[in-house]
Amino acid sequence: MKKKEMVAMLLAGGQGKRLKGLTKSLAKPAVYFGGTYRIIDFPLSNCSNSGIDTVGVLTQYEPLVLHSYIGVGGDWDLNRKNGGVFVLPPHERENGSSWYLGTADAIYRNLKFVDQFDPEHVLILSGDHIYKMDYNAMLRYHKQHDADCTISVIDVPLEEASRFGILNTDEDLRIYEFEEKPARPKSTLASMGVYIFKWEVLRKHLLTDGENESSSHDFGKDIIPLMLEDGNSLYAYPFKGYWRDVGTVTSLWEANMDLLSDEPPLNLNDPNWRIFTRNPNAPAQYVAPGARVSSCIINEGCTVYGEVKHSVLFYGVEVGEGSVITDSVIMPKVKIGKNVRIHKAIISENTVIEDYMEIGVERENEDEILLIDNRNKKRKSAAAKSI
Amino acid sequence: MKELMGVINLDHELDKLNELTYFRCGAAVPFASRYRLIDFVLSNMMRAELESVGLFVRRKYRSLMDHLGDGKSWDMNRKHGGLFILPPDWNDPTDTSLGDLQHFHNNLDFFKRAAAPYIVFSGSQHINNADLQDVFRYHLEKGADVTMVYKRVEQLQPEHDLCLRVEVDETGTVTNMHHEKDYPNVYLDIFIMEKKLFLEQVEYCIAHGESFFFRDAIQKHRQKFNIAAYEYTGYHAVINSLESYYKNSLDLLKQENYYGLFKENPVQTKIKYEAPTRYLDSAEVSNSLVANGCIIAGTVENSIIFRGVQVRKGAKITNSVIMQKCVIEENAVIENVIMDKDVHLSKERILVGDSKRPFVIAKSSKI
Repeated sequence: MKKKEMVAMLLAGGQGKRLKGLTKSLAKPAVYFGGTYRIIDFPLSNCSNSGIDTVGVLTQYEPLVLHSYIGVGGDWDLNRKNGGVFVLPPHERENGSSWYLGTADAIYRNLKFVDQFDPEHVLILSGDHIYKMDYNAMLRYHKQHDADCTISVIDVPLEEASRFGILNTDEDLRIYEFEEKPARPKSTLASMGVYIFKWEVLRKHLLTDGENESSSHDFGKDIIPLMLEDGNSLYAYPFKGYWRDVGTVTSLWEANMDLLSDEPPLNLNDPNWRIFTRNPNAPAQYVAPGARVSSCIINEGCTVYGEVKHSVLFYGVEVGEGSVITDSVIMPKVKIGKNVRIHKAIISENTVIEDYMEIGVERENEDEILLIDNRNKKRKSAAAKSI
Repeated sequence: MKELMGVINLDHELDKLNELTYFRCGAAVPFASRYRLIDFVLSNMMRAELESVGLFVRRKYRSLMDHLGDGKSWDMNRKHGGLFILPPDWNDPTDTSLGDLQHFHNNLDFFKRAAAPYIVFSGSQHINNADLQDVFRYHLEKGADVTMVYKRVEQLQPEHDLCLRVEVDETGTVTNMHHEKDYPNVYLDIFIMEKKLFLEQVEYCIAHGESFFFRDAIQKHRQKFNIAAYEYTGYHAVINSLESYYKNSLDLLKQENYYGLFKENPVQTKIKYEAPTRYLDSAEVSNSLVANGCIIAGTVENSIIFRGVQVRKGAKITNSVIMQKCVIEENAVIENVIMDKDVHLSKERILVGDSKRPFVIAKSSKI
């Protein structure tokens, strides 16, 4: 294989339990977002736009959709002769087999994959976040500081800091301590789960950690402390811009709603930083006479006869006459009948909502986001009727 | 089924769409918010799983080739067969061929290399979603030399005037071909014949100084052949003039046309990675087709909006076709207009055309 300066490893094996029904038979990175995307489109497009052409995608939980979605990577311009995208599920080895035990273990088990490219640096990414980021700028920073590891951080409000992995740094942003969800945070620099390591250094620590049976084999919990202990130089790379964890039903809904303001904080229309995705090639959306669409995002293949306000519609959604949809996320190919009312809900793929159904209207807990899941029709209708 | 290959022949199509076809051929004209006319015939051929498809084009093919690329969007980037774009290139010093026969004579290797024994020919001006495999089955069943596809058009329009008509007897055999304006059986510019017979006829026509294969080999000598007629009953639009382009574009807003063209058969086109369309709080949209990548803050009524169009607050678009990446600034008013790609319309401007004769704005204008 041709030598690469940097190889990206994308951790996409997570289940994402807090996304409930959305990840019942789907890995979290394959969850839909923003009217046309899946979460993994963001790190993959960032790689493509940053000129990183070699990406290993580590999969484990329910990989079927994810594997067929990634394919040979053509949609992200990652179908390359040298490099490209590689799907790396756990595999059997000479001395037995097991699942990936942690984030670091997933990389440890693929040392041979990374070694093939003889890279100077390795970029570790996760498939849980919505953001646009130039990894190449981060690599420049990493090289400028001659760091062994650079961790991308975002400044979070102090009151929220205890929800994140917090990095405590010197004035020059050199990291001296990592605290996972500290009760009393000393800093507001939260790790974004984006790391660049010198491969030589990381490789050594992965081998040490791999031997340690009491380790949880996690980058944040094990590898970073190990490196700090060892006196390696770790730097924080301050990222400015939109970044959202979409690990829960509520945060996924909120991130979708973020796209609906007149000046959204995440610009998906930037021709210089496109977010690539697999295009369903559906016809243009049809907005009928008498329909109303405002403060919403609607994808191709939709036909709207009713009213859509402050909502996100994925491709192929039908909204019947007299129906009103507010503050909701409607995933692909959902058929909504006539005179339906949907408020503050996420409706998952292929669900059929019959005429006159009311979902999420007049409910006790306004803050809760209703999730209507097509895979359990009984639950769906029970939930819908009771509310 | 690899018994059938395709030919898309654009040589006899006249580019009469004024500004829209000054720099592109008719087949490359954008249509239906996100397609170009060629997409419909290519998608039909894709669905029929043809062995290979040859595209013969003489002029103004830059934008067409840019759109087609290696044929990937139609699954035609194959190791064997797939899409062959064959622009004019003839260097045979003994060649005396004329018209579209020039294409066929100079690309004999394309026909000979393909294993498929039958060829389906089509132009690009008749928008339809005919099932070409079904036409082929019919052709074999009838044991015909040639099978022509036609549609019985109840309400003939001015754009049908130039179309060839076929008279068909009760056995489904073509008994006559003519240009009588009131006759309803409109030929769709699609026919199937055996490759061997085609190549013989090409040779015969060239030897006799002819210039247009279908007219001179088939139409003129129709008694020589057993010609079957296949009746197509689905969506059909003929786009051969600016008026027909405008009318058929807006006609897609009728449910039966939108569903007739798109519901059953996906139409493939070159993929653009646009975000879904965003409607702002002030948007008012009704009875319109809108493609992805648009940002709409103004009013859009009875219109066809292509990918990446921006309609700013207070702007109003009615009965118009607005192509890719146009920007309509605040409070501009547009009515009965066809706006080609990349037009920038400044604030407060008013452009009003006639409902029968739309006002056309050339590509990349700044107004």
